[in-house]
Amino acid sequence: MNDSRTFNWSGWLALALLLFLWEYGSRLNPKLQLYIPPISQILVTLGQLISSGQVTAHLLITLRRFVEGYLLAAVLGVSVGVILGYFRFAHSLLEMLIEFLRPMPSVAIIPVAILLLGIGDSMITAVTVYASMWPILVNTIDGVRYIERTLVDTGRTFGLSRPRILWHVILPAASRYIVTGLRVSLSIALILVTTAEMIVGSQGLGFFILDEERSLHSSAMYAGIILVALLGYCLNRLFLLLESRGMKWRRGMIAREAN
Amino acid sequence: MSWIIRDSRLNGFLFLLGLLGVWELVAEAGWVNPLIVPPFSKILSSFFSLIESGQIPWQILASLKRSVVGYLLAAAIFIPLGVLMGLFDAFHRGLEVIIEMLRPIPPPVVVPVAVLFFGLEDEMKIFVICFSCAWPILLNTIDGVRNIDRVLLDTARTFGLSRQRIMWRVIVPACSPQIMTGLRVSLPIMLILVVISEMVGSTDGIGYFILDSQRRFKVAQMYAGMLALAILGYGLNQLFNLLSRLLLPWHNRKVD
Amino acid sequence: MPILEVQSLSKTYRQLGGETTFAIGNISCQVEPKEFVSFVGPSGCGKTTLLMSIAGLIAPTSGRVMLHGREVTGPPPKLVLVFQEFNKSLFAWRSVLGNVRFGIEARGNRTREAEFRARSLIELVGLKDFENHYPWELSGGMQQRVAIARALAYEPEVLLMDEPFGSLDALTRLELEDTLLRLWEELGTTILFITHDIEEAIYLSDRVWVLSRRPSQIIEELRIDFSRPRNQVATRAETRFMEIRNRIYRRISNERAV
Repeated sequence: MNDSRTFNWSGWLALALLLFLWEYGSRLNPKLQLYIPPISQILVTLGQLISSGQVTAHLLITLRRFVEGYLLAAVLGVSVGVILGYFRFAHSLLEMLIEFLRPMPSVAIIPVAILLLGIGDSMITAVTVYASMWPILVNTIDGVRYIERTLVDTGRTFGLSRPRILWHVILPAASRYIVTGLRVSLSIALILVTTAEMIVGSQGLGFFILDEERSLHSSAMYAGIILVALLGYCLNRLFLLLESRGMKWRRGMIAREAN
Repeated sequence: MSWIIRDSRLNGFLFLLGLLGVWELVAEAGWVNPLIVPPFSKILSSFFSLIESGQIPWQILASLKRSVVGYLLAAAIFIPLGVLMGLFDAFHRGLEVIIEMLRPIPPPVVVPVAVLFFGLEDEMKIFVICFSCAWPILLNTIDGVRNIDRVLLDTARTFGLSRQRIMWRVIVPACSPQIMTGLRVSLPIMLILVVISEMVGSTDGIGYFILDSQRRFKVAQMYAGMLALAILGYGLNQLFNLLSRLLLPWHNRKVD
Repeated sequence: MPILEVQSLSKTYRQLGGETTFAIGNISCQVEPKEFVSFVGPSGCGKTTLLMSIAGLIAPTSGRVMLHGREVTGPPPKLVLVFQEFNKSLFAWRSVLGNVRFGIEARGNRTREAEFRARSLIELVGLKDFENHYPWELSGGMQQRVAIARALAYEPEVLLMDEPFGSLDALTRLELEDTLLRLWEELGTTILFITHDIEEAIYLSDRVWVLSRRPSQIIEELRIDFSRPRNQVATRAETRFMEIRNRIYRRISNERAV
């Protein structure tokens, strides 16, 4: 979707125009400044917050919770997913349970988690794991379940034992589905961490943004939002980088499918 | 036990019943703190009495009201925008950078901004939902329009159709499956964000109800609210499937 | 002493709806070591089922398969099957070299010598410059060659091939037929080949078995003794070639018409 062939002059121009309107629209309307402060003011505030270290602590806390929750979700999601995808009986047992839990938005688990785990880090990690696990689990199950029969038979005809077939054939073949699940979970994990921080108020960028809003420090609030967006963007790029490294064999296929 | 078939829905159903049974026993016996995990029967009775008293329907309605408005608003704004961006490449490139800047913002952090603008009223939630549902709807619409087969358009032109008629008779139907995909993906997003915005700043709605019950330690009520939410989610999915089958009978797609 | 014996093999499938499919009726045959034999028959006659049963991937309903005098109850270690759908059989996440190496690794051999063997096999099938390519980058004919190289890397005594050239264009098919014959002569593997192309069967084989429609049985066995190495022009130009071909064709047509 990205025409990265030529530099997008009109796009950046449009952005510059928007920022320009924002800056001067805000400056000329003092009443508006509480709600939409001038972009220059926001950036200055952002700089101050970073250099004073005020917001860095929050950023690191959010990042830590994110990493813990996401990695744990990945490990759990993939292992349980492989088991359920491979053993049809186990899957048939849990299928209905999964069907009933899926439509409930994962954020609704937050109050329960507060009851069980209080309002600290473990609660935030727990809800992040719960929510992030779903896409990984479902995609892994699908990837393992719907493996081509011929592929498995190929492993068998070469005399591979069942465990070796799982490791050498089924998992690599399912990897593109697993990676899709991992990619979707990336955004979900960040959403859950920031949401929990907002609701529970225990440090972190989510809390920071809401807190600044409550004190009517709108510049600081927007600065926090920019920071979160940057965090999300960097995490996404990191993921894409790792993905293209680990899945070299897919790069060409992806490029071809995209055309 | 030959009636346990290897791959049947019966297994799942029985297992679920079994789990609920275990839950009931464990909770009644007091092995888990009943203040944190009450027996399932208690949750069910709370659920039904809340329905009877009208509490749950009221909260659900409140949530539904604002979420549907936000959802439809997103559709009304971003489907036409997506069509325009899909059809006119210059327009697409113009807005592309701005959109790519806005996309990485996790939807929940928009809530404080919405609170700043609108306070704790319905408009706040509508704003949040509209923003959050924007991206899947917009991107899928753009994709759908861009991927319309050239052959289809050329065929319409050889039949001498005017631009207007091409628009409505060819383009819209051809990209509607993809637009439906965008709408379908946005549905759970709508639900998630209405719950989040109600938990962060509201005085009613099912999300608020669940959190508030927890704060007052009315635990069975809290779980009852979650049950209602799950049913709502399921119901909306089914409704969407039904509508999409009615509107696009020629296109065969199943929703998970 | 035959290397492979099929004894009264039959296979029936029970479908989900309760229908029964009689895939294989009653098949018995023997294959001598280093022979090249083919099965031809009308489509849907159960050729794939037959091969899968011999390969130990499907359990027969009755009868048995003997390899080196021992019954086949699962995929036997000295035998490998090359599938018809090579694009579903090749490992997309491994390069050409990686795929061929898999055949060797499957035997538990991970030494440097294994790598060398893989490379020479790749060269033998004519894909020397494509070692580091991935399957999606190759044409159908090239992919099938990779599958064959991978199977041969396993050093099987018996190679089963399920319509390997069926989805390829005519010219590629002829080329691969000769490649296969060359490999066969060099490696001395026993080959069981399935095809719907009568002339291909005659061209390649020492013996051809004609199968009936479902439930399939052997309705004719023909010995092919044209001189080797075979030649796409000379061999096919022999009068007897056409005679055999017509005979088989008539037999199969009868089966189809009934």
